Amino acid sequence: MTRVANGEAVETRAIPRLPMEEFRATVIGAVEKGARIAALFARPPEMFVVLAHGLDGVLSLAATTAAASYPALTPDCPQAHWFEREIAETWKIVPEGHPWLKPIRFLSGAPAVTEYFQVRGEEVHEVAVGPVHAGIIEPGHFRFQCHGERAMHLEISLGYQHRGVERALAGGPDKRTVHYMETLAGDTSVGHATAYAQNVEALAGTAVPARGLTLRGIGLELERLANHTGDLGALANDVGYLPTASFCGRLRGDFLNLTALLCGSRFGRGLVRPGGVRFDADAAKVGEARKRLAAARRDVTGAVDLLWKTPSVMARFEGTGTVPRETCEDLGLVGPAARACGIERDVRLEFPSGIYRFAQIPVSTWGTGDVFARAYVRWMEIERSLEFVEEQLAQLPAGATREAPGRIEPGRTAVSLVEGWRGEICHVAMTDEHGRFGAYKVVDPSFHNWIGLAMALREQEISDFPLCNKSFNLSYCGHDL
Amino acid sequence: MIKTLLERLRQGHRTIPFPGKEPALPDLFRGRPEIDPSKCPDGCRACAEACPTGAIKTEGGVTIDLGRCLFCIDCVDACPAGAIAHTRDYRLATRRREDLVLSGKTLELAKALDGRMRSLFGRSLKLREVSAGGCNACEADVNVLNTVVFDLGRFGIQFVASPRHADGLLITGPVSRNMKLALEKTYEAVPPPKIVIAVGACAIGGGPYVDHPEVNNGAGGIVPVDLFIAGCPPHPITILDGLLRLLGRIT
Repeated sequence: MTRVANGEAVETRAIPRLPMEEFRATVIGAVEKGARIAALFARPPEMFVVLAHGLDGVLSLAATTAAASYPALTPDCPQAHWFEREIAETWKIVPEGHPWLKPIRFLSGAPAVTEYFQVRGEEVHEVAVGPVHAGIIEPGHFRFQCHGERAMHLEISLGYQHRGVERALAGGPDKRTVHYMETLAGDTSVGHATAYAQNVEALAGTAVPARGLTLRGIGLELERLANHTGDLGALANDVGYLPTASFCGRLRGDFLNLTALLCGSRFGRGLVRPGGVRFDADAAKVGEARKRLAAARRDVTGAVDLLWKTPSVMARFEGTGTVPRETCEDLGLVGPAARACGIERDVRLEFPSGIYRFAQIPVSTWGTGDVFARAYVRWMEIERSLEFVEEQLAQLPAGATREAPGRIEPGRTAVSLVEGWRGEICHVAMTDEHGRFGAYKVVDPSFHNWIGLAMALREQEISDFPLCNKSFNLSYCGHDL
Repeated sequence: MIKTLLERLRQGHRTIPFPGKEPALPDLFRGRPEIDPSKCPDGCRACAEACPTGAIKTEGGVTIDLGRCLFCIDCVDACPAGAIAHTRDYRLATRRREDLVLSGKTLELAKALDGRMRSLFGRSLKLREVSAGGCNACEADVNVLNTVVFDLGRFGIQFVASPRHADGLLITGPVSRNMKLALEKTYEAVPPPKIVIAVGACAIGGGPYVDHPEVNNGAGGIVPVDLFIAGCPPHPITILDGLLRLLGRIT
């Protein structure tokens, strides 16, 4: 296999082409030894895999020729399950023996397969929810198999947000590319734009100035702060604890407004560009940001502390929606959902790029795998991101913020990982002979984690679904692309 | 309990005085763009060529379609003469789609609903939100109107779970092919008379996904739209301003 670092490019033709049998054995063997599938995708007539070796801090690439069908990896390597469904739907390449081969996005029109996994038996009933949900949230369909109040199985059917972005990325970069990146998941604009920028920089051989890298890191951590704070508020709301819900609702906005202070947009639109950042921050702005950050820190600490000291909240959080560690490992979950199962999985530690090569953020884990763990991991990450942003603002390197990237090299493959607030974002860019994107693969953390939510709900009360759902808070649009 | 009360006191009152007072917006806030055609070099099309969504036209004077505009900086960066800039004007709501095409400096801002509709909805408006194929940023900034900062409830506006309980729809996203049927069904389920509000570049004209075969270029072709609120995403204040104009609470 070809080894590659995060944010590095290699010659596409240097990636070893293995016979399918060897390809399968390599992937299955590596995953058994602790590697994780970061991306598995087809660019017909070939199929590529990106494996993440967390302990070594390297990624590895391999390819095979994909015929009309091949023996599925999923039965031996469950991590591949969603990727293989995606490949089958997009390219009509059939993974023989896949246990649940259904479309994941309904590319050819509104939900066409309406047969769901069904449990049969006396008093077993089915509950269908969505695509239009009760709140102001994205569309998706959930199908529960219940016995009384107990949910035995949940099947999640997505694709309603499919808008053809990944398809449109091929042939780029063009004037829409960066805007596609910023809207892959609108709440992760900085995360996805950073993953894209790293790929362009790798393909063009651009060295980003330190000030640009630092401002990007600040943007990424502010994104984490806003979303984690919002999530803790939403979790409080779902157990009927309104003080924290109300405080955090406001505080989330304070963090978004800090991002707007840096670039004019609450969602960090326009901040990250290949080669660095579009906006600089002068001393007055940095001073203002530090002042506001200190105030937000005080308020968010007070607001969240109430959760851990309120027995009615803790009683609802603890022991609800538990994902066993083995399940998490088997399925290759990422982000706070994995760290809440006690797994030290964080791109900033395992595959540091950009500012994280110089300023490490300790990984926050908790071992219980329940709603409490997912909430508490978020809180620990809030504390650490606050420290990081304060530290970086205090010692912002001097100099330029951007080095314009030169020509993108043809015939190369770049892999970029970013630890977004939901977890690992993986972008793979493959250039054709003209230096355009022959293929651009996006893996949002939600792609790995939706199945985690389904697992968390097993043997739970169906009324705990909103709470479990909020504890994952996954992206529909990031998945549907 | 005492801890909760003490924290409540410490967090203080946080509702902004809008619309009584002008809102505080960031220095770099990108509101309504402004063009100074006197600065445009002859035959220059740099802004139109840079625009990712084709919102700018230069034939017969420069125009910007705010229904397509992503409020990015690409045109500003491309202009060799500094003829185009974003103002900090956050008011971006119109009643008609064509009013979003900006040719002069001003925008024909949304007028209030007419007599009967206003008497029905002016003091109590219940909306069902339909998210249909966007990026979830518009949804997020619609959602914050429910926080203590904006306190939407004080204006009698509320988001409800069932279309049967709603007076209208607030739509975000370009209406993906896969959400069209659900949108149509939700619209049908709202009892008449009803209103429709399209929020954000996607719902107005397809946004960054305009002309993708997977989307419908906005809600307008599927349901009749009564209010367009431009932005990508619009700032919460822009959305609130639009809603209050429709109800005649801001004129």
